[in-house]
Amino acid sequence: MKYDLVIIGGGPAGLSAANAAWEDGCRSICIVERDRELGGILNQCIHNGFGLHYFKEELTGPEYAGRFIEMLRTTGVDVRLDAMVLEITEEKNVHIVSSAGGYEILEADAVVLAMGCRERTRGAIAIPGTRPAGVFTAGTAQRYLNMEGYMVGRRVVILGSGDIGLIMARRMTLEGAKVLACVEVMPYSGGLTRNIVQCLNDFDIPLYLSHTITDIQGKDRVERVVVAEVGPDRRPIPGTEMTFDCDTVLLSVGLIPENELSRSAGIQIDARTNGPVVYENMETSLPGVFACGNVLHVHDLVDFVTAEAARAGKSAAAYAAGKKLDAAQVLDIHNGNLVGYTVPQHVHMDAPFNAVDVFFRVRAVCGESRIVVTDEAGAQIASFRRERMAPGEMENIKLPRVLLEKAQGAVTVSIEEGAK
Amino acid sequence: MTNIICITCPKGCHLSVDEQNGYAVTGNACPRGAEYGKNELLHPVRVVTSTVRIEGALLPRLPVKTDRPLPKEKMFDCMALLDGITAQSPVSVGQVLAANILGTDVNIVAAKTM
Repeated sequence: MKYDLVIIGGGPAGLSAANAAWEDGCRSICIVERDRELGGILNQCIHNGFGLHYFKEELTGPEYAGRFIEMLRTTGVDVRLDAMVLEITEEKNVHIVSSAGGYEILEADAVVLAMGCRERTRGAIAIPGTRPAGVFTAGTAQRYLNMEGYMVGRRVVILGSGDIGLIMARRMTLEGAKVLACVEVMPYSGGLTRNIVQCLNDFDIPLYLSHTITDIQGKDRVERVVVAEVGPDRRPIPGTEMTFDCDTVLLSVGLIPENELSRSAGIQIDARTNGPVVYENMETSLPGVFACGNVLHVHDLVDFVTAEAARAGKSAAAYAAGKKLDAAQVLDIHNGNLVGYTVPQHVHMDAPFNAVDVFFRVRAVCGESRIVVTDEAGAQIASFRRERMAPGEMENIKLPRVLLEKAQGAVTVSIEEGAK
Repeated sequence: MTNIICITCPKGCHLSVDEQNGYAVTGNACPRGAEYGKNELLHPVRVVTSTVRIEGALLPRLPVKTDRPLPKEKMFDCMALLDGITAQSPVSVGQVLAANILGTDVNIVAAKTM
């Protein structure tokens, strides 16, 4: 089977990429989705707050996904559900397997990677203790509770203050559980401030910053956890231990882009984002393969995923139509002081853009500061003021072409704190 | 003067609400913040999102929400009310499953077509 464009993943990124590519005239598109329905993670995110940027209204996750699924219905995009992608080759052959179609190879002119991310597990962060039932990643518990209809526990301690953990604190409380504590190893929360307010403060759930779980106890089921304060080196401080009697531990300790397929295709992965290195048009190191959404870098807001994926979809449609960009005229974007990474990492200077949106996260909470962009000659080519920045909130700046054309060599994005 | 954080959008503006001065709000980046700040001190409200049982669909739970914010103190009464609802597939997004709940003008609506 041949397609102009194959999109791996039918979550918010894949849906937006498909709609955008169709809008730009690409008429041979296939989405491959491993779940039984489209929508991805949004199907379990039943809380509201989605779509404020894109639709200018507050939607729940299923409603947000539903709008894009409806849009897709008006197109001729093929959707293969319950289908698993096994491999993407350098020739852009996509190997898939499903009960309905068996083993198939889809030959694509262009591919969009939209596989999303996975949660870090207990094993990934090596919490000591026994191995009883009752330890879940927050997203797994969210799926059990919101989609499958299982209550995962009654007395809950949440490790990590990422948004999914905070959302689950409220959700479990509303469903009748007692959430005893939310424990965060860093001195600041990893989630959005609004979620601290409406998920923890609304229900008087204590947030212990600079604390971690040092022991999980229990034979068949979790019986208690030990929580201790940590020092600036993030090591537990002896003598600060507290014990919580609980039957459930939810982990909200980070997300990892799911790039096994990207790696198998030989695509260059950025160690800072754990996602592919991309150009301004979302193209990866393998020409004709584009990446967007949480597989590229982990987002806080689906609205930004939608916008990024639309860029990837449009670029993929252009590539499939024969408009290929020259990788000879490339400008590199580097991360400087207090900036953890940038997406994109490269810019095709022969591309027809007016401005490049650069996304990044800061490494630490910053008060009033400036985002400065400098070139290799040390000249400042742009500067942006911010009142506050935090690692939990992705930043973005727009760099107009005229400024990038002035730059001597690579540009660096860095933070100057306290600057006027 | 009370300092609160706006939950209307992910920006999370730090609001100051002046009770002595007609609940005037400062620190808000948009008009929704002014409304939130005033409401939050006078009569806080929240949209409740949850699920109800559904029969005949791919999965056993249907996501639902209140179609407008509910007084905050009625959140748990609302949750109890949802326990008694069983939807039958097909359900369309926006379909009203319970009208004017708990003596308010708030409805429970489906958040997904199932």
